[in-house]
Amino acid sequence: MTRTRFHEGLDELKDRLLRMAGMAEQSITRAINAYRERDRDQCKLVFASEAAINADEREIDELAVDLLALQQPMAVDLRFILAVIKINADLERVGDQAVNIAERVEQLLTVPAVELPIDIPLMAETASKMIRMALESFVLGDADLAEQVLTMDDTVDRMNHDIADVMIELIKKSPQVTEQAMDAIIIARNLERVGDHATNIAEDVIFWVRGADVRHHLGRS
Amino acid sequence: MGVGIEVRGLRAWFGASEALHGISVEMRPNTVTAIIGPSGCGKSTFVRCLNRMHETIPGARVEGEVRIGSTDVYGNGTPAVEVRRRVGMVFQKPNPFPTMTIYDNVAAGLKLNGFRNRRELDETVERSLHMAALWDEVKDGLKKQSGASLSGGQQQRLCIARALAVQPEVLLMDEPASALDPISTAKIEDLIYQLKERFTVVIVTHNMQQAARVAEWTGFFLMGDLIEFDKTQKIFTTPGDKRTEDYITGRFG
Repeated sequence: MTRTRFHEGLDELKDRLLRMAGMAEQSITRAINAYRERDRDQCKLVFASEAAINADEREIDELAVDLLALQQPMAVDLRFILAVIKINADLERVGDQAVNIAERVEQLLTVPAVELPIDIPLMAETASKMIRMALESFVLGDADLAEQVLTMDDTVDRMNHDIADVMIELIKKSPQVTEQAMDAIIIARNLERVGDHATNIAEDVIFWVRGADVRHHLGRS
Repeated sequence: MGVGIEVRGLRAWFGASEALHGISVEMRPNTVTAIIGPSGCGKSTFVRCLNRMHETIPGARVEGEVRIGSTDVYGNGTPAVEVRRRVGMVFQKPNPFPTMTIYDNVAAGLKLNGFRNRRELDETVERSLHMAALWDEVKDGLKKQSGASLSGGQQQRLCIARALAVQPEVLLMDEPASALDPISTAKIEDLIYQLKERFTVVIVTHNMQQAARVAEWTGFFLMGDLIEFDKTQKIFTTPGDKRTEDYITGRFG
């Protein structure tokens, strides 16, 4: 093995990204716990993490740009760094979605709690699972696992539509819960976006490992 | 105009040691091909077989077929001198004739080929120096300054002009910029890009960024075999062979 410093740099990039990924994933979990338990403290934790995630995003980008400029990576290394830069941006957006959800929860805490005939935690669990699998495929360099994430996106999309349909019907029948129903629609929409980011991450892993661009269903088997 | 290069089952030896184990590859007219690989992989031997330079080494021999355009390079009755006129070569270290003026350096090959018409010689020298992007820098000292008085980068472009003067169809370059500073290197690389309009260029280089910058096609050699030959973009982003990837990402050894 040659180019030791360069390969240490790639390892550091991977470690940093995974640490940030852990924070982003935790933020989503906290935001959904806050929704389920009507817990303002968990919202605050989400807001507090945002700055750390944003700072990490900048530092990871800097590290990646340094490696590009100083080491002129080729082939699998070049694809890896490009994938990291894109995954980095997606993870930062996952953090933003957690913040959006936490903001909706704070809003919900100002109105009476109502029992809604939808399962936001189930949808959150599915979206979180996509993120976890996408990150695992990144850790293992496993494009087959990443492909499984792509197939899960439809499930999350469907859940989003179903929740929206049910809530619109509810608003028609019980206008007094419009505010709660609207917040649920927005939270479902945020979770659907989390699923999209997981899909992007999985596509970037496939690009890194196989050199194949599977975005927008191009080249997907 | 450039012509295509077709190589079939090319084997080359230094004495008993086989340096190339049956190379087959095709290079299209008016393209730039980079040959990369670790030291001793056979890349210089390969290009030296294309213009019959390999056989000038004592004990060296060649088997297989090389076609430059319609010429069978190793065919019976093909004179080596004619092959070398059609296939110009530029080496790592600029090697202008030190006692000759700039003009005479460029005109040397033509004079050797019996060219005597002064006006035609003047025109060819000027055209060659223009093509080598050197004319503006040397036009005032053409017949006064010696080739050796130029800077390293200028000397290399003088050698390119000298190679172009005899109107070759193929230009072989063996590490043409490895002894030059980045500005001279950039000039040579720009030049290579322009030269492919008129010639087919094959460049041996240790500098992978250089291969990536100038060549449309890249061949990776390892221990006398051509491991992979593909579009440069493919080689440097998604090579098909693990050994190519290991080499270009520095995971060798």
